[in-house]
Amino acid sequence: MPFVYLRTRIKTIMPLLFIFFMVLSFGIFALRKSFRYTYTLFILIASIALTSISSLFPQVLTPSHPHFLTFSAPDSLSIFFILIINFTALTAFLFAGGYLKAYFDKQTSLRWSVHLWAYIWLYFSMILVVILRDGFAFLVVWELMAVSSFLLVIFEADDRKVLKTGINYLIQMHLGLLFLLVAFLIAGEATGQTGFDGLKSYFGSHSNILVFSLFFVGFGIKAGFIPLHTWLPEAHPAAPSPVSGLMSGVMIKMGIYGILRVLFSIQSDLFVIGLIILGFSLFSGIMGVMMAIVQHDLKRLLAYHSIENIGIIGIGIGLGVLGMATGNNTLTLLGFSGGLLHVLNHSLFKSLLFFNAGSVYQATHTRNIDQLGGLAKKMPYTAAFFLIGSLAICGLPPFNGFISEFLIYLGLFKSFPESSLYFSILLLISLIGLTLIGGLAIFCFTKAFGIVFLGQARSNRVDEAHEVSNGMLVPSILASAAIMAIGLGSAWFVKPVMKITSELSGAALPEVFTGDLLRTLSRISLAGGVFIGLVVIIAVWRNYHLKKRIVTTGPTWGCGYTGGDEKQQYTATSWADNFSALANPILGTKKNTVHIGENVLFPGKRTFATHPRDLFKSKLIEKPIDAMLSVFKKIAFMQTGQIRHYILYAFLFMLLILVLTIFKIL
Amino acid sequence: MAGIPLILLAAVFFPGIIIRTKSIVSGRKGPGILQPMLDIRVLFGKGSVYSTTTGWVFKLAPVIGLATMLSALTVVPFANMPALIPFQADFVFFSYMLALGKFFMIIGALDTGSSFEGMGANREALYSMLVEPAFLILLGTFAMLTGYTSFSDMFMAFHVSGNPIITVFGLIGFYLLVQIAMIENSRMPIDDPKTHLELTMVHEVMILDYSGFDKALVHITTAIKFAVYGSLICSSLVPAEWHPGFQILLFFSVQVAFAVIVGIGESFRARNKMQKNAQFILTLTAVAMLAFLVVLIVTNKLII
Repeated sequence: MPFVYLRTRIKTIMPLLFIFFMVLSFGIFALRKSFRYTYTLFILIASIALTSISSLFPQVLTPSHPHFLTFSAPDSLSIFFILIINFTALTAFLFAGGYLKAYFDKQTSLRWSVHLWAYIWLYFSMILVVILRDGFAFLVVWELMAVSSFLLVIFEADDRKVLKTGINYLIQMHLGLLFLLVAFLIAGEATGQTGFDGLKSYFGSHSNILVFSLFFVGFGIKAGFIPLHTWLPEAHPAAPSPVSGLMSGVMIKMGIYGILRVLFSIQSDLFVIGLIILGFSLFSGIMGVMMAIVQHDLKRLLAYHSIENIGIIGIGIGLGVLGMATGNNTLTLLGFSGGLLHVLNHSLFKSLLFFNAGSVYQATHTRNIDQLGGLAKKMPYTAAFFLIGSLAICGLPPFNGFISEFLIYLGLFKSFPESSLYFSILLLISLIGLTLIGGLAIFCFTKAFGIVFLGQARSNRVDEAHEVSNGMLVPSILASAAIMAIGLGSAWFVKPVMKITSELSGAALPEVFTGDLLRTLSRISLAGGVFIGLVVIIAVWRNYHLKKRIVTTGPTWGCGYTGGDEKQQYTATSWADNFSALANPILGTKKNTVHIGENVLFPGKRTFATHPRDLFKSKLIEKPIDAMLSVFKKIAFMQTGQIRHYILYAFLFMLLILVLTIFKIL
Repeated sequence: MAGIPLILLAAVFFPGIIIRTKSIVSGRKGPGILQPMLDIRVLFGKGSVYSTTTGWVFKLAPVIGLATMLSALTVVPFANMPALIPFQADFVFFSYMLALGKFFMIIGALDTGSSFEGMGANREALYSMLVEPAFLILLGTFAMLTGYTSFSDMFMAFHVSGNPIITVFGLIGFYLLVQIAMIENSRMPIDDPKTHLELTMVHEVMILDYSGFDKALVHITTAIKFAVYGSLICSSLVPAEWHPGFQILLFFSVQVAFAVIVGIGESFRARNKMQKNAQFILTLTAVAMLAFLVVLIVTNKLII
């Protein structure tokens, strides 16, 4: 009896405690500047502990009566996202502890507090986004998430560009909010229940495709599907690195969460919806990585890779929906699980990459890849962690990215034999897309890692670089450990994800299927283990072998030319050159070369610059805006500022109405 | 299971047979078949010289390269005997494992800070990116045809003979595997291993700075890679019901034939212009789609 009493008490206490932490966070403003970080960390850890415990033991904590915050019954999808948010929020904040030290004296006391406060509120709002089901409550926390992340992005608002980017971000987020609001209202109007729970009955009796499209645009802006992505490659580089890691790692996944939530209420038109998602995802995936290749800003490159990874997640989800539409159980399970697991995986390796890109920025004060080089010697740990992140994001075994992509591949290959002609072609297109994305990612990350960390320094910015403090390495260690754990022990992670998928999509999960899959995954682990064992054995053999031989050092082979220097190395631009020669019709990278004249006696400097462009941004957003502005400018002649003209306009208008009424046109 | 020692054995002779073929075709006396292996032995006997620019990545790269090759071997079957660790869609693992090795060789080359090696690495990255779809589409068609998704099961269920359309598919598949093997090993017509000018090299220029032990590892990796592709070609040809003795005999005949084909091809073929390579490799994806089309017809999905 006392236990039952305690249980019912805890159920009420847990949400109240969470609200208590939210209130407590305002204490940041009252504290001394040097205490604020520790205080925020304390609240963050407490909230993380609270939400993690409530998520992991939902059966204990489910309240018996609906709560006003509807903390009730966070289902498995919410729990999955809560755990992802918790992990990356913690590692990113730990990283911020070291990263923000450099800004401690530079930033005013108020900005310091606002930044920390915005961080913890971004965390709170994300947790609430995945818990709340009611439409309006959801939109409120969704808005809160946009505002708090906006405050985080403009941390260095002294830079006008950062402020402008931040405002641009805020506007685009509100555009997304508008779509969501309309979608919720349409569904709410028809069923009388605004929110995710009402969607099922709405979709049961109305056309699915329209409202879904509204939701898809609204959530897609957050997730960054091309062509809704234009805020993303601007905001990520502008934000401080821990924030970029958090935003790219988990915040954009809230868009994916929303899409999934809506998807599992869809009743009809599944095939078309699946096609829409798959199409946008393939496009985002391929274009995202293609645009990433030509960037020379390290963080912008990573931002475009977020778009690519959203594409991979979307491919998984799209295939899952198509599986649902055609009754292909295997494809449903593997597609959705691959997509969901990639949400987790991407949150790990992308935050890891952003942390280490941040360390590089802090050590060299530049994000321009062409000015870096040779950092592996100065920052060996940062280099190693960046390498782990790169390998994982390329989907290479034995890291975690491989597992999620493997699940999607497996779904594709297993569906080939039974599918019809057109469906086979669809699968083939997905397959080509997925392999292309994989290959392009390798092309991009050999560049990102190789040019930044290897070879010789390309400018004097590298000279004074040194390894970051141990505190800043701890988050990378945590993330890398998680990456390796998923890569080598995939079965433990795929099994719960598979259960979530089956629960939500309603696809049956046959014993045979799970058994087969788990056997496959454990064999992948085994093969991964063999690989690591072989590396160790060969490395030990190498050391033993070289001990008995003469090992000397010398200059790099210069083909007989000894005057070579760091300027002759490949740069980010030259690395992308042969690729952009192939892809330029789509990418439209601009090259500006100033040649030396032929008969000039004293030649001046020859310059060369490339400017990667975002065609979607210029064609789909900037061009219409320009056209609109030019129309407005033409209309502006009417705005004379003289009151008699305005009275004339009103008179003419009334006359028009009169005439129209007389002729019965109106 | 028995495949691995056989593939390793084939790898010992493979490069030698290519060189011997080329020497016979061009009318030279030429070295013995075991010469490449003797060269590797010499490399093992030597010390190493490292560039002062290089660091741990450079030293790690050949080790990872060989380890990826050997672990990719664990999923490769031999005729009707399953692989050491067969699983569903293990060819994805195979393909990505090789990609991991390439990733390291590329960054290893970048670690030297040499413009030549950067160039080679850049080309290698581009070509291996472009060749990836062809291989996986081909394996996808195998999966569609046989209904299985692992190397071992697919090859067990696949027979070239019988249906004439399947024979056509077999021929396309054979052509693709040979071409992919050539590209993956940086041979003609993508890359000429015997070229003497750094500017025209792809793979050779990437490994310019390796010496001694590391270089030996790189050569061993290349030899095994060849034999693995030979083994894949062989497995798609061998009928499962044959006696193991005949299977082994056929395995070695296929390997020798493959090596001879490579040698003869390289003797009479000029290397592509560097700019044409991308186009050439993309053609393979188109050919793979042709194979896909053939299988659509075979499986009665496309009725003509």
